[in-house]
Amino acid sequence: MGMNEKLDKEDFPGKIHETAGGGIVLSKLDDVINWARSNSLWPLTFATSCCGIEMMSVASAKYDFSRFGFEVARATPRQADVIIIAGTIVNKMAPVLRRLYDQMADPKYVIAMGACAISGGPFFYNTYSVVKGADHVIPVDVYIPGCPPRPEALLHALITLQGKIKAGLTREQIKESSYLNP
Amino acid sequence: MLKEDLKLKLTDILPPIGFEEGGEWLNVNVPSGELKAFVLQLRSDPDLLMDYLFCLTCVDWKTHFTMVYHFSSTRYRHNIVVKAKIDRTNPEIETVSDIWRTAEMLEREVYDLFGVKFLHHPDLRRLIMPDDWEGWPLRKDFEDPVNMIRL
Amino acid sequence: MIEEIGRTTEGDLIINVGPQHPATHGVLHLVITLNGETIKKVEPHLGYIHRSIEKMCESLSYRQFIYVTSRMDYLSSHINNHGCALCVEKGLQVEVPKRAQYIRVIMDELTRIASHELWWGAMAMDLGAFTPFFHAFRERETITDIMEKTCGARLTMNYMVPGGVMAELHHDFQKDVKQFIQLYKSKFEEYNELVTGNVIFQNRMKSVGTLSKEDAISYGCSGPVARASGVSCDIRKLYPYDIYNILDFEEITATAGDSFARYVVRLKEMQQSIRIIEQLLDNIPEGEYQAKTKAVLKLPKGEFYQRVETARGELGVYIVSEGGTTPYRIKFRSPGFSNLSALEHMVKGLKIGDLVAAMGSLDLVIPDIDR
Repeated sequence: MGMNEKLDKEDFPGKIHETAGGGIVLSKLDDVINWARSNSLWPLTFATSCCGIEMMSVASAKYDFSRFGFEVARATPRQADVIIIAGTIVNKMAPVLRRLYDQMADPKYVIAMGACAISGGPFFYNTYSVVKGADHVIPVDVYIPGCPPRPEALLHALITLQGKIKAGLTREQIKESSYLNP
Repeated sequence: MLKEDLKLKLTDILPPIGFEEGGEWLNVNVPSGELKAFVLQLRSDPDLLMDYLFCLTCVDWKTHFTMVYHFSSTRYRHNIVVKAKIDRTNPEIETVSDIWRTAEMLEREVYDLFGVKFLHHPDLRRLIMPDDWEGWPLRKDFEDPVNMIRL
Repeated sequence: MIEEIGRTTEGDLIINVGPQHPATHGVLHLVITLNGETIKKVEPHLGYIHRSIEKMCESLSYRQFIYVTSRMDYLSSHINNHGCALCVEKGLQVEVPKRAQYIRVIMDELTRIASHELWWGAMAMDLGAFTPFFHAFRERETITDIMEKTCGARLTMNYMVPGGVMAELHHDFQKDVKQFIQLYKSKFEEYNELVTGNVIFQNRMKSVGTLSKEDAISYGCSGPVARASGVSCDIRKLYPYDIYNILDFEEITATAGDSFARYVVRLKEMQQSIRIIEQLLDNIPEGEYQAKTKAVLKLPKGEFYQRVETARGELGVYIVSEGGTTPYRIKFRSPGFSNLSALEHMVKGLKIGDLVAAMGSLDLVIPDIDR
């Protein structure tokens, strides 16, 4: 089928071992699983405020994120892989966010988008109802600064997350490997 | 109707009220016990016909509260501001939600943020803060060392 | 959480819609009581995005609090800033130069078109049509590109300051806007072909969520919601600010009061906005773009109220000042708050699908309601 012409070293993890009849690919199972998982992350539509509009811009045709694998945005957490927290989290919303995160199936990843999700943002001083950062509620993998961040910044963050998954450095993977090598 | 005509008309309706000077629209001070009767007159009088309540809020002056109501008429296009002083230790006032339906949610918001009780309101409970929140956030003496980081 | 979710004794079912739900346009939590699929009671629970803006503004200066207000109703952020700047100017008695007034009105109308575009795309998506969303964002991206070249930001542009606007327009502003108007006029027919004339769409929207004229006034509705029920309430016509009094445009009203009437009113408003921009674009006068004001602003003792027409309705900014550098009390009269209070009245007795259509036609932005 000519697989060794299509196979690019940087794209699919593995080495090509040349043999007389063609070639075979040698790889580690973990690397193949990480490659597959990172190229098909389905986000959950979770937008509380202004950063949600920039997320919708990224979903539309000009800055398209489905070319990176984020094809279908699920509305239910049970079928989603990554939750993009776009917007401010307030005290009343924090238990809801926790519940959504708990309903997601493993492996799951979290991106905190915008200044409000990182640390409370412009609503840091003199507010009584804002949670100063979404990582008080759930563990976060990638932070995107900006108020709101440009769509290209969100795309950069998605690609960074994919890189983290391929390298085995997200919180999920570190947690799993600590079970295997205690 | 112009500000001066409104002033004359209102002194006919309910004499013991005060007018405040300055401001873009006519500001009327009404004692809180007579507020309901006054606004009912504003609504039903054929020369006034104030059928649009567009802003209902409360201001905390540290010694007392002031309820502020902004009315407008869709027929004559005049605006008026009605203010009522209420006591700070036990803030209570009659509801106007049976006259203007928009006041139901607006009064719930004032109750939630200031603690003002509206008598005969159909459903007075917290609207914006969580149900088990203690304290009235927008009062000037509200302290919350856990959540608020002061600059 | 709500304890009574579950079945009641009369056979009614109480369920949650939201706070995380693709059709609620933000974090709105509705607790609806159903009998089969017919709605008996709708109760909104708010506060999931209450960021205590009013309390925060009491410690910010008059130049600083304007940036926070563009995050309240983020789809018409220029208009929010405009209202706050006008209120502060009312207190300072400052005269805004003509050039700044023209620029402000052009930016306002561009924002109104961008907001209605997003409303149109999101509403069609709620009813199941996914394609119009991409068409709407194509136009919206053109507008945000223009905004970005002048103001520096795409969504929350803090461009209006007390006294005028913050920076000069970029060189190609008139050329860019003219290109946008041409693109828009050629694409507007697509909207009618794709969605408005569609039989399924019309059946889902006509006679759904009817609001009579008296109810619209009693519930304090404003903006396209009230205008579709026959109430004439366009602030740009009744209490004009900046240069709206010399412009030639129509106030669009309808009489039916159902969701389809609200839809048609907004589409026609977009065309009126184009008309306003065309009248102003070639006639921007030369001059200063910002009046001279002190660095630290102090409003005199008193109260000031300013109303502006956002894409959702009437926004009121009420400042109570004690003579200091920060406001003593600020109240934002938000249009979405009053429009939402009419929701229960509109959908009693209808089905859940009609609830989605009615909510979409109200055009709610939840941070505007919760502040």
